[in-house]
Formats: sequence, C-alpha cells, structure tokens
Amino acid sequence: MAETADVLVLHGIAMRFGAVVALAGVSFAVRRGEICGLIGPNGSGKTSLFNCISGFYRPQAGSVHLDGRPVGALPRHRMAALGIGRTFQNLALFRSMSVRDNILTGAHPLGRSGFLANALALPAAARDERAARQSLETVLDLLDLRAVAALPVGALPFGTAKRVEIARALIARPKLLLLDEPACGLNHSEVDDLCTLLLRIRGEFALSILLVEHHMSLVMRLCDHVVALAAGTCIADGTPAQVQRNPDVIRAYLGATPADARAA
Amino acid sequence: MSRLAAVGVAVLLIAPAFVLSGYHLFQTTMLAVYALAILGLDLVTGTTGQVSLGHGAFYAIGAYVTAILMASFNWPYWATLPVAGAVCAALGFAIGLPALRLRGPYLALVTLALAAAVPQILRAKALETWTGGAQGIVLSGPEVPALLPLSADQFLYLFVLAIAALLFLAAHLLLRGRIRRAMAAIRDHPLAAEAAGIDVAAIKTRAFAISALFTGIAGSLGALVVQFVAPDSFEVMLSIALFVGLVVGGTGSLPGAVAGAGFVLFVPNLSELVSKSAPGVVYGVLLVAALFVMPSGAAGALRRLVASRRRARPDTA
Repeated sequence: MAETADVLVLHGIAMRFGAVVALAGVSFAVRRGEICGLIGPNGSGKTSLFNCISGFYRPQAGSVHLDGRPVGALPRHRMAALGIGRTFQNLALFRSMSVRDNILTGAHPLGRSGFLANALALPAAARDERAARQSLETVLDLLDLRAVAALPVGALPFGTAKRVEIARALIARPKLLLLDEPACGLNHSEVDDLCTLLLRIRGEFALSILLVEHHMSLVMRLCDHVVALAAGTCIADGTPAQVQRNPDVIRAYLGATPADARAA
Repeated sequence: MSRLAAVGVAVLLIAPAFVLSGYHLFQTTMLAVYALAILGLDLVTGTTGQVSLGHGAFYAIGAYVTAILMASFNWPYWATLPVAGAVCAALGFAIGLPALRLRGPYLALVTLALAAAVPQILRAKALETWTGGAQGIVLSGPEVPALLPLSADQFLYLFVLAIAALLFLAAHLLLRGRIRRAMAAIRDHPLAAEAAGIDVAAIKTRAFAISALFTGIAGSLGALVVQFVAPDSFEVMLSIALFVGLVVGGTGSLPGAVAGAGFVLFVPNLSELVSKSAPGVVYGVLLVAALFVMPSGAAGALRRLVASRRRARPDTA
C-alpha cells in the first residue's frame, strides 16, 4: 500500500456521555514522522479523543483512519497489530511481572503461536519467542532499562516505570505512538530526559507520536505540530508558535486576553 | 547437573510403585490425580485470574465420560481419556463465553452453581441408563499388560503418573512463553492487555477450555483409580477442596499444585485423627494456620526460601 502523507486522519469525531458532550466533531491529521501535541484545559476532551483513536471508545460519529484505512469499527486488541501503540495516563503495568516480561507482553501481536503450539513446544512457539526476545534487546537498550530488566515493576521509581510502559508499546513497532501525559509526575531533569528520549525514539523507530500533555514547555520544545482542544472542539491546529499565539487558546487557558479586556 | 536432577526426580516419582503398597499406594496415586486437577484450576484461576469455584464439575464429567464409555460401550480405559478431555474442554469453552461478562465474585458464584448442578444432573432419571442414577457406575480397573511384571495397583500408579507427568510438562511449556504472559497480563490489567494487542476474550475462553481439559482428565484418571463413580463423590465440596488446594499450594506454580493436592488429600484424614467429633474444625484451623504461615501458598514460601538462600550465598547465585 502506498504510504499516505498523514499517518492518522480524524474526521468529525463526536462522543457524548449522556448529556455531556465530550467531543463535538474533532478533525485533524497527524503527519508521518511528526511529533504532534494535543493540548487543552482539563475536561476539554483530550483523553476521550485518545480513547477513540486507540479503540477504547467508539465515537458516535466521525471516522479514524490509520494509513488511509478506517480503524474505528475494529476491536481494540487489533490496534496494536495495526500499528497503534499507547501508554496510559496512570501507570498500567502488569504488576506481577518483571520489567522484561512486561515489555515482552507488548510483543504479543507480533506472534502467531497459540495454546497448542506452545503446550507442545512446536517450532512456531520457539520462533515467536526468539523474535520477541530479539526485539526486547533493542528496546531495553534504547530505553536504558537493561539494568532493571529482571526487577518486578512494582520496585521501580515512577519515571522508570513510565519508560517500561513506553518500551512495552514500542516493542510491537507501532507506526503511531499515543502517549497520555508522559511527563505527568516527572521532575525537571526527568522531563528533559523524556524529551531527548522521545526524539531518539522517533528517529530510530521512524514513527509518529501523538501526545496529550499539560506540560506546556515540553510540548513547545518537542512538538512539530500542536492541536488545541477546548470543550470538545478543535480551537487551534498549527506549529507550536502559531498555537501559542492563538487568541482562542490563550482565552481557553487564561479565561481572558488583553484584547478581550480592552473590548469590555 | 540438571540431567542428574531430572533422573533423581524421575526415580523419586517412580519409587512409590515399588516402595508403597495397598492404601498408601492408592493415596499416592490420588495425589497425582488431585495435583492434575488443581493444576487445571490454576491455569484459569491462578494464571488468568478468573475465579472458578466449580472445577469439581469438570472433574465429575471427566470421571463419568470414562465410566460411561467403559461400562456402556466397552471402550478400553486408555481410549476414554482423550474423549473426557475433549468433552471437558468443549464444556469449559462454553462456560468461558458467559464468563467473559462476569468478574470476580460473580464468576465465582456462577461456577459454584455449576458445581451444585452437575451432581443433580448425574442423578437425573432421564440419564439413568448411562449414569446409573444415584447408584453410580462400578468399573473394573485397567488390566496390566501381559508383558509387565507389575501388580494392578503398581500399573495403575505408573499409568496415572505418566499421564500426569505429560500434562504437567505441557503446562510447563505453556507457562513459559507468550501465552503465560498474555494470561497473566489479563489477570493484572485487562485494559493494558488489550492495548498490548492481546485478544482478551480469546485467551480467556481458551484458558477456561484447557483448564477444564486438565481437570477433566484428572477426573477420568480418578474414576480409573477409585473404580467407582457416583454423584455423591462430586458434590460442591469437591470444587471447594480443589480451590483450597490451589490457594494452599500457591497459584501459578507446578510444584504448588502437588503441595495443594497433598493438603486436600491428607489434611482431612489428619483432622479425623485429631478429633473424631469435629474434624471440620480441625481442618479449618489447619487451613488458617497454613495460610498464616504461607500467605502465598507453599509455592510462595518455597520461592522466598530459595531467594533468601541465594542472598545468603551470593557466590552460588
């Protein structure tokens, strides 16, 4: 299939919970290879939109296309195999497992072997395991997790645990990586490291990243493209500098602009 | 070294056939049967996190498939095992489908209802031609192949041991790679498991099926060992006993299943020795004591012991 210029295209996504409109027709596109930031005040619909893209919610209207292919109606466990990897706002690691096993679990969609092949130790099972462990090596190095690979995830500091989550998504070689507030709960130097890390990931894995983030300086530093949501609609879509100057964005965040004050 | 250990374990497992006799050999044979039944339960409850209080039902159905095929259709004993396994796997898969919508205590209750229903179905008039109703079915034990210099009890033990060993090996292989990770991921965090590309519904129903297969074959072997099946042997308490065995033995561990089987098999007799009038109380006290001393089961206690040994002697780690 010919590669489209946009890896992800959202068109008119609408989502309502009872009387509450979470998303009122959101459309934008993420271009191949870019880091796109999704910003907006609390309750503006960022996480709802995330869940629509990763198949966790079914939008009531609108479409999601990945590489030109509609993915909105597919079961959510198919998303990883299609190339959408994600992390969660609060850590969602498998707490009974080691770091290594957490990451290897992310390689599940790369394998084919099932219960029978594994219980009978058929070659397919060994092949899957070998492939998963090879990919594991790359990811362990890239995310600097080799030293903690054997530890249970419960023993990790928060920032390291977040890297494990990213590693688990990366091992499946996604085309699009969705990060839900990756800088949340990190200190200053950890945010700097995250920035470097995400740029390196984008380079080595040739993927696009869509991140929801409150940490404005991270967004401005890292992103090629920023989309701002407010009250379930898209109020700005452009470069970080354009979005930062957009009066609607300033109003959404600060409540009023100097221009508003003059007009009043 | 590991080959030597394997030979040692094999000798240890085969030895009872020649060292023990009569009731003791019978009990050791049942130990292998219960270990297999608990291993089955562990696959779905321990590894995948779906609590089943109804695995006695699969044990009963496995036992009855063997008994009916032998008594009514003159099948050789060994040929009944795959059928019992297949029937229970199909049934487990079928139970697994509604189980997808049920979580935690709700699933436990539904499986408990299954355990309560099966003995009544086995007593049903309509099925009496095959099941023998409340009277059950008396079986003749497997015949010792002509060339083997073994008694019937010895042969039975070794046959059960061989089947159990094969299935333990299969479980070991299953629980070392991607399927174990998928099952454990579902238990730990179903949403994250889905995001990681795991088809939660498919894994859960298959886990239920394979779990029922293991426990069903255990029931089938149990019927060959006891040579008698009746609804009274498969009441709800059997399911509870298997669950107790799983918890006391420790979830997610093959040796734990054996330890749990030991508890299920020997502790009731022990309780009877301590107090003839209230063995249930003694059993309860011993159960609480076991869980107090080993909160994560015998398997967990063993893991901690090994870990502390390693720490004490880092040069051998």
